[in-house]
Amino acid sequence: MKKLLLVLGLLLPMLGMANEGAHLERAPIDPNNQASLQRGAQVFVNYCLSCHSAASMRYNRMTDIGLSNAQIKANLLFAGEKVGDTMTVAMQKKEAKAWFGAAPPDLSVEARARGADWLYGYLRSFYRDDTTSTGWNNAVFDKVAMPHVLWQLQGQQILKVEDKVNAHGVKTEVHTLVLDQPGSMSPAEYDATIADLVNYLVFMGEPAKSQRLQLGLIVLLFLGLLFVIAYYLKKEFWKDIH
Amino acid sequence: MGKYLTGLLGWVDERFPLTANYKAHLSEYYAPKNFNFWYFFGSLALLVLVMQIITGIFLTMHYKPDADMAFASVEYIMRDVSWGWLIRYMHSTGASMFFVVVYLHMFRGLIYGSYRNPRELIWLFGVGIFLCLMGEAFFGYLLPWGQMSYWGAQVIINLFTSIPFVGPDVSLWLRGDYTVSDATLNRFFAFHVIALPLVLLGLVAAHLIALHEVGSNNPDGVEIKKHKDPVTHIPLDGIPFHPYYTVKDIVGVAVFLIVFSAIIFFAPEMGGYFLEANNFIPADPLKTPPHIAPVWYFTPYYSILRAVPPILNSQFPGVAAMGLSVVAFAFLPWLDRSPVKSIRYRGAQYKTWLTLFVVSFLILGYLGTEPSTIWGTFDAKAVIVGGADRATVVARIFTTVYFLFFVLMPWYTKIDKTKPVPERVTG
Repeated sequence: MKKLLLVLGLLLPMLGMANEGAHLERAPIDPNNQASLQRGAQVFVNYCLSCHSAASMRYNRMTDIGLSNAQIKANLLFAGEKVGDTMTVAMQKKEAKAWFGAAPPDLSVEARARGADWLYGYLRSFYRDDTTSTGWNNAVFDKVAMPHVLWQLQGQQILKVEDKVNAHGVKTEVHTLVLDQPGSMSPAEYDATIADLVNYLVFMGEPAKSQRLQLGLIVLLFLGLLFVIAYYLKKEFWKDIH
Repeated sequence: MGKYLTGLLGWVDERFPLTANYKAHLSEYYAPKNFNFWYFFGSLALLVLVMQIITGIFLTMHYKPDADMAFASVEYIMRDVSWGWLIRYMHSTGASMFFVVVYLHMFRGLIYGSYRNPRELIWLFGVGIFLCLMGEAFFGYLLPWGQMSYWGAQVIINLFTSIPFVGPDVSLWLRGDYTVSDATLNRFFAFHVIALPLVLLGLVAAHLIALHEVGSNNPDGVEIKKHKDPVTHIPLDGIPFHPYYTVKDIVGVAVFLIVFSAIIFFAPEMGGYFLEANNFIPADPLKTPPHIAPVWYFTPYYSILRAVPPILNSQFPGVAAMGLSVVAFAFLPWLDRSPVKSIRYRGAQYKTWLTLFVVSFLILGYLGTEPSTIWGTFDAKAVIVGGADRATVVARIFTTVYFLFFVLMPWYTKIDKTKPVPERVTG
């Protein structure tokens, strides 16, 4: 038992999560909700895929989220791509850098780099800022090069800065985002749309994930059985050792 | 049929010592009968080595060691290669689990005195394997060509620059360029897939040959060869490795594979410790990540590196201390002056020092994953430590303890009150 505890003690530090940006809201995503993933795919293709590539992702991988090749061709391919192509964009990195100051990153594994919560927070935190070249800024990613592509859906937020004095008499700046001009969606609808998009981005980050989780259970069941057999085999052999 | 096979075996045996080797290393290799939990990790290390080689071969079939293609080729493996994701996760998890298993294997050596006479060479080959493994891990980590790969390699290679006189040339020679680049990636690929694996396999063979020459130690630290059956000359406390330890090791393998698979299938990133989030961003030589930390298995040594203050504006003392902290293990057979081998018969002194050593290793390991500002700084008015990072001071204390474990060993093992060692192994 002591040994077991020791081994657990050695392994334990690895289980601690690297918690970057602990104040981010949890993204309400569900990888098993195919309707949400499909809506997210649509938002991605319509809004993100004009500048951001996802060069490791093939269109027909979306069959994993319940779409048929025919549906993908009819609804998600616009510029004569083939259904087996990867999600590339025509924009050149060099030009993009000249236009925006930074080339839009490839989004294939962005969700694995940033995490779902960060993306969910980021995509809802754009606000008007006249000091930047695009006229937009972001409360999660300060001075981000990307303008607010979804502003027609969300509307325009502004950043309200207030000085607050707490019980100990310490003055702190409190930043809140306030919807200044509403967009075509209500805040709840917009949040749901972003959740769908983030759900899709997470799927795209590791399309094999659902297969991995399913297979994992079978593998563990098999190994459990192997352990039982191995254990009794060992016991049988060791009967005569004293 | 049986006769035919015996005939074939006989034909082979006249030309190659197949049966003789089978007997010498398996069916008539006598291992002490009292191996416990800690004795699973040698065979498990061999298992992980084989897994790494096999998964590695399949990865090389699809991986492109080219700065423009490396990152995408890994994602290609994750998506478009049949079972590629499984092979890749087995390899990335295997790297971390190799260190888990090897650290536990080394700890076994420490508690039962397995490095002592007559097993010094086994231990030295083992230290060689450990160094090789660290090299393998370091070179392999560059290959996915993510931000952490790139900047980790940049930082480590720059360390060599601080070596007096030859430093800058050595790092240039390692990199093959003035900065980590395509040339570096290509040569690291060569080191990772052929150069070091060859050395590693040679050392593993030497480790096993030396082990089978002198025989295994055991939790009592007594030599089973001292008491042999007068007729058969088989050690009285020995049992044939096969079938007894082969069937026992299969149980260990099953348990290990359960843990291993649980990670592969349910937590392949292990909360960012086995696969770091930053490494899903392609390497960008113009953008330094805010926090560069090595993978968890290097963090105790990285902590030691950071803990040692620069002298005369040179990082070299830290680099030297880091190197020494690894190489120190090689001196154990000659530092330990205790009349007994196993912790079961040692006194309070050794037990205390070993505990302190393990605690230091773990704390240094934890601190190495975090920025040195993690615990803030001491009050500017405090004596001696005024204004210093708390974490750095703690790391310095435990770095000292880490080295004292080795440096003071000749004395505390000599004066330690030991218990009488039994003639034969106990249960």
